[in-house]
Amino acid sequence: MTLQERTEQQQRPDPDARESHARSWRGPGWGFIVKLVLMALVNAFGLMVIFSAIGSESWLIAGVMIALLVIADVVYFTKKALPLKYLLPGLSFLLIFQVFIFVYTGYIAFTNYGSGHAGTKEQAVNAALIQGERRVEDSPTYPLSVVRGFGGELGFAVVDGDGDVQVGTETQPLEQVEDAEIGSTGAPTEVAGWTVVPRTEVLTDPAIQEDVVALRVPVSDDPNDGSVRTRDGTTGSIYLSTLVWDEAADTITDTETGTVYHATDRGSFVSEDGERLPAGWYVNVGFDNFARLFTDPALAGALLSVTAWTFAFAILSVAISFGLGLLFALVYNDPRVRGRRFLRTLFILPYAFPAFMAALLFRGMFNAEFGIINDLFFFGADINWLGDPWLARGAVLFVNIWLSYPYWFLVCTGALQSLPADTLEAASIDGAGRSRQFRAIVLPLLLVSTGPLLISSFAFSFNNFTVIYMFNNGGPGIPGAPYALGATDILISAIYDIAGVSQGAADFGLASALSIIVFIVVGVISALAFRQTRKLEEF
Amino acid sequence: MRKYLGLGALALASSLILAGCAGGGDSETTDDASGATLTIWTDEERSQAITDAAAAFEEETGTKIELVQKNFEDIRADFIAQVPTGEGPDITVGAHDWLGALVAAGVVDTIDLGDKAGEFEQVAIDAMTYDGQLYALPYSLETIALIQNTALVGEDAPATWDDMIQKGLASGAERPLVISTNGETGDGYTMYGFQTSFGAPVFVQDDTGSYTTEVGMGGANGEAFATWLGANGSAGTGYISTTVDYDINNELFNSGKAAYTVQGPWAISSYTDVDVAVNPIPSAGGETAAPFVGVQGFYVSSESKNALLAQDFLVNYLGTEDAQRALYEADPRIPAWSSLAEEVSSDPIIAGFVESSKNGVPMPSIPEMGSVWDLWNAAETQIINGADPVATWNKMVTDLEAAIAG
Repeated sequence: MTLQERTEQQQRPDPDARESHARSWRGPGWGFIVKLVLMALVNAFGLMVIFSAIGSESWLIAGVMIALLVIADVVYFTKKALPLKYLLPGLSFLLIFQVFIFVYTGYIAFTNYGSGHAGTKEQAVNAALIQGERRVEDSPTYPLSVVRGFGGELGFAVVDGDGDVQVGTETQPLEQVEDAEIGSTGAPTEVAGWTVVPRTEVLTDPAIQEDVVALRVPVSDDPNDGSVRTRDGTTGSIYLSTLVWDEAADTITDTETGTVYHATDRGSFVSEDGERLPAGWYVNVGFDNFARLFTDPALAGALLSVTAWTFAFAILSVAISFGLGLLFALVYNDPRVRGRRFLRTLFILPYAFPAFMAALLFRGMFNAEFGIINDLFFFGADINWLGDPWLARGAVLFVNIWLSYPYWFLVCTGALQSLPADTLEAASIDGAGRSRQFRAIVLPLLLVSTGPLLISSFAFSFNNFTVIYMFNNGGPGIPGAPYALGATDILISAIYDIAGVSQGAADFGLASALSIIVFIVVGVISALAFRQTRKLEEF
Repeated sequence: MRKYLGLGALALASSLILAGCAGGGDSETTDDASGATLTIWTDEERSQAITDAAAAFEEETGTKIELVQKNFEDIRADFIAQVPTGEGPDITVGAHDWLGALVAAGVVDTIDLGDKAGEFEQVAIDAMTYDGQLYALPYSLETIALIQNTALVGEDAPATWDDMIQKGLASGAERPLVISTNGETGDGYTMYGFQTSFGAPVFVQDDTGSYTTEVGMGGANGEAFATWLGANGSAGTGYISTTVDYDINNELFNSGKAAYTVQGPWAISSYTDVDVAVNPIPSAGGETAAPFVGVQGFYVSSESKNALLAQDFLVNYLGTEDAQRALYEADPRIPAWSSLAEEVSSDPIIAGFVESSKNGVPMPSIPEMGSVWDLWNAAETQIINGADPVATWNKMVTDLEAAIAG
């Protein structure tokens, strides 16, 4: 038992003057043991993460984890820092799951990370060299063994077309060796002056494997003849590299055409004529992504329409479903309505149904030709609900209201039942009619309790990806808009399209920039709205 | 003192728990004398087929193979994102049309099939070749074909689109044909056979068959296709409608309400209630209808620490008739292994798809194709829904050229 727990016990007023035997024992209590076990689990988990982070050289994660673990142990094993004992779990999760992601998104927003800019410069150079190294057209495939010289240097021993064994290393071109034996697989098994490295060793020792993959043995003194390279450790063929990386000049030169590709600050190798090597790397591009959102004519126009629709969708969804929910709540709160309990249960049903399933079902029902809505409600008329921009907007709004009004029905019913009956009674004694009572007392009091929920509901509708994506995938498309942006796309689904996770060209930098802007918009609106509700409370 | 007791107990308990975890988890990486583990990303269907080849490989080389099952649709994005961080696999299963994006991301290594290359269908090797370099071991081909209800229109292939419509109307079915537009999203892939029959390919091919970045959809041929599409859309005959998505398409065909449909082998299992025959897609514009051929294969990561093992496994263990047969049996697509493709052509349905693939062209794998789909699909949807065909089509081509010029 910690000191703090003991003092708590001592301060507790004792209901019984005679202390029981159990209470007189002051050894470590069950609480302490439970805490010990829990903290042991936390520490074990933390150490595991730290070790694996160090193993994969993720120093940032390791550092943050060590700090968190030390703080956790200090907080829970001292008698001080009582508030932190309650706050720490929440704060750590906030840091791990929110702050980290936010900082990372912010970082990506200032880069051109996306299609063609996926890795580091080193990786891009590596990829270019891989792509530039070609097998010499008529090169035969030689049986090959990896050999080691007396100095420990690795080389290849290959059997050429005449059945002779030739040996060479990175610096020493292939040379015929007289005294050699060829095994049953056709590859040399013994070479005078060299030790043949067994194939299993080549395949299983990562260090040797890496060296063998990188080893190129020149065929002759002329580098244009190419060099022998092995892909699987048992055969070799002649390859010729057409691209040469010059680190000092920061260029890649094509030895066949003589074209020089310069590294640009946009993360690509570009030649004088504007030709570009396929692989690039991601670089910091400053505020370019943000600027593009507003200046790229095709993108800015489509995004403006998407933004306007996002606000319309969020505001209308909340306003209409709140109004509808409140109306039903008022009606079913009236004692004259019979079977209220049963009817109320029925109203909850749309809310209990998974949103993505409902959206899919409605998608089918709104189908112009096979859907039930045209058949039943519009006498089989051919109304293209999903293909016309305005009809599609109306339809998806309808679906979202259908899904969300039961929530407001629930909330308003609860709020109505907790209204002070004496105030209403006083009002009716003073001669206020029903509508006057509603406007002057019911609605203001209701808004005080539901205001914060309205704001959070707005934020939720603003980012309601599920309904938009499942119902019509943001479609129908805005003509000529990039990234398949559509008439019912809201900002969050536009971000998904731009990120290109599903198909097409990916631009994570642009998508991150857009998501930061959305975050700021939702944050500012929520802050302003919360200030408004505080005024209501003073009312 | 009590405090130290607490810390001591904590240290003891933590280390015990850690030891417990270590005992369970570490064995996979340390009990193997070789220490080498080859990680392969695969989708569900491929997983079982690879397991057998993997077992043989593990036995002969002492290497451990770790199969990670993933959603096929997620693999491209995950592979591009994770290879540069060093977390990616050594080998992944993938489609050939990802190749341009993978090359641009610098995440794939070239491979060398040596003499084995001759065992595969040429179109499969071509599809996996980018700028003259081979990047993957292919295992299957897929393409779409004309599927017809034999009870309604017999087994003979219609000569042209008009012939097909006529036979379809004469059969008395509710619709002569049904074709999926993926709802309002549009489906240029399914429509591509008809588009190429007007001589309007997405990108122009050079002499060697490689795609250039020159858009081939513009001009009179493209406009002719757009006009034809508009004439068969909601403003015209209505044979092509954006109310049809994949499920509705299969439902209509399976219930006998449509005489013909254009679909791939993956849809055959949905047609349980009708007898079907598979034929090449008929020409609508006079030239041969050439659908896209897709090829699936195995890529090696450019950041693989086990490049030798990966190459060895692909060429010598997956590049064998037995392994290719296992892959075929796990998921019957047209095999890329020539002798196997011939063998399975005894099945008339597969033979039909093989026949169709012979007319086909590989789907472009250049990264520019990524910009095509969205604009292309959307323009076709608008035209089918009654927009002015020529103007809509030409605007799409202009937008596309602008997007590619970047």
